[in-house]
Amino acid sequence: MSGEVTMLVPRLLQPLVGDSAELVLDVGEGAALSELLDAVAAEYPIFGRRLRDETGALRRFVNIYLDGDEVRRLSGLETRVAAGAELLVIQSVAGG
Amino acid sequence: MENSEALNGTRSGNTHLLAVGTKKGLWLGTSSDRINYNFTGPHFLMQEIPSIGIDTRDGRTRILVGLRSEHWGPTVAHSDDLGATWQEPENGAITFPSDTEAALERVWQIQPDAVDRPGVVWAGCEPISVWKSTDGGEHFELNRGLWDHPHRSEWGAGFGGAAAHTVLPSPFDENTIHVAMSTGGVYRSLDGGTSWEPRNKGIGATFLPEETPEFGQCVHKVARDANQPEVLFAQNHGGVYRSGDNGDSWDYIAGGLPADFGFTVMTHPRRSGTAWVIPIKADAERIPPDGQLAVHRTDDGGASWTRLADGLVQPEYNVVLRDAAAVDSADPVGLFFGTRGGTVYASADEGAHFASVLTQLPDVLCVRAAMV
Repeated sequence: MSGEVTMLVPRLLQPLVGDSAELVLDVGEGAALSELLDAVAAEYPIFGRRLRDETGALRRFVNIYLDGDEVRRLSGLETRVAAGAELLVIQSVAGG
Repeated sequence: MENSEALNGTRSGNTHLLAVGTKKGLWLGTSSDRINYNFTGPHFLMQEIPSIGIDTRDGRTRILVGLRSEHWGPTVAHSDDLGATWQEPENGAITFPSDTEAALERVWQIQPDAVDRPGVVWAGCEPISVWKSTDGGEHFELNRGLWDHPHRSEWGAGFGGAAAHTVLPSPFDENTIHVAMSTGGVYRSLDGGTSWEPRNKGIGATFLPEETPEFGQCVHKVARDANQPEVLFAQNHGGVYRSGDNGDSWDYIAGGLPADFGFTVMTHPRRSGTAWVIPIKADAERIPPDGQLAVHRTDDGGASWTRLADGLVQPEYNVVLRDAAAVDSADPVGLFFGTRGGTVYASADEGAHFASVLTQLPDVLCVRAAMV
C-alpha cells in the first residue's frame, strides 16, 4: 500500500518550492519525518536548509505539526508519518 | 531613502558604494560625493546582516552578505548587480562537514583576499571557524587547522557568541593569515592556514585571573598597516594595541584616548601609521565616553590621537560594533560607521567631517564601502 501526505508551506518559504503553498509527498507505507524531510531537501535544497541545519536537527524556531500535534511532543524527527496525514510548517515566535 | 528601483549595476570605478547591514535587513547606497546617497533597501527584510564583503576584483562588483534569520538560520548570498538580484548556492556556501557534528550559527566576517588572488574569499564564523573560498564566495571549505586546534576546548564565547570574527590574509605574503576570535584572541598562521599559533603577548584580559595569558583574550578587531607587513593594530576588550613584529608582541597605545574599550579598529589603505578607533567608556559602561560619540585617529602608530567628531549628533548613547565601521580606498579616504541606534555617518575626508546619511535604521551590524 502506498500513500501521500501533504506539507503546508509557510508563505515566506513558498518562493523556495516553486511558489507552492503545499507539497504532496509520497510516504509509501509510512515513513519517519526525517526521511520525508530528506526527500523534500533533495528536491528543494534551500528550503530543506531553512527547516534543518546541516546536522539534520530541526531549527530551534521552526515548528512542524503533524495533524495538529507539534512533532517535538511526539517523537521529533523520528515521528512516523502515515498516508493521509497533514504536516504544517510554522515559524515560532523569535526576535524583537 | 528607499528606492524601489535597483541600483545601476554598471561598474565605472567612479561610484561610491556603501553597504549597511542591520539587524533587520541590508541597505545599499551609491553616491558621487559620499555625502548624498541614493539608497535601496531594506533588502532581506527581517534578516540580520552581520557580515558584508564587497569584492571588486575580476572586473565585476560582487556583494557578498552573511544572512541570518532567527527562524530559518544562517546562509550566504551574493549579488553581481549591486543588489538587483541575489543568488544563494543551493547547498549553502558555508556548511559544516558531517564529521564535525557542528552547524553554522552565524557568518561574522566575509573578507575578500588581496587583489592578486582573485576568487579567494575568507569567512569567519560561529562556532569559531575559518573558511576559505576559491570561487568568489560561492563555496567555502572549512579550515581544518583551526577547527582541530588543541586550544579549541578552552576557547570561550563573547557576549555575541563564540566566533572567529576577524580574518586578515596578508597582502604581502599569501602564507600569513591572522585571525581574531572572541574569546581566544589573535591566532596567526605562517603556512597558509595549515597550522595556527596564538599571538597575544602583551594583550590584557581583565576577565581572566591571569592578566596576559597566552590565549583567551577577547580581541575585538585587528587591522593591518598599509605598507608595513609586520605592523598590526588591535582593539581589545580593554586596550588598544600595536604590534611591530607581525603579532609576536603587542604594545599598549591607548594612552592618548579617552577610553581604551571599543569594538572596531581600521587602518589607512595606503598610509602607514594611520588608524582609527571609536572608543567606548568601558565594558561595564558601554556608551561613548560621557555620551559624546567620537572617532579618534592616529597618524603616528598610536603615539598620539586626534579626536574627530565634527558632524556627529550628540549626545549618543549607542555603541559602534566591531564591523559597523569601514574605510574605502578612495583619495582622500572615506570613513563610514553606523551605531546600534541606527544612524550611519559618512566622511569623505578621513574623518575630519561627518554627515549623517541614514537614520533610524535597526541596529547597524556591518558597514562596508568601495569604489565600483
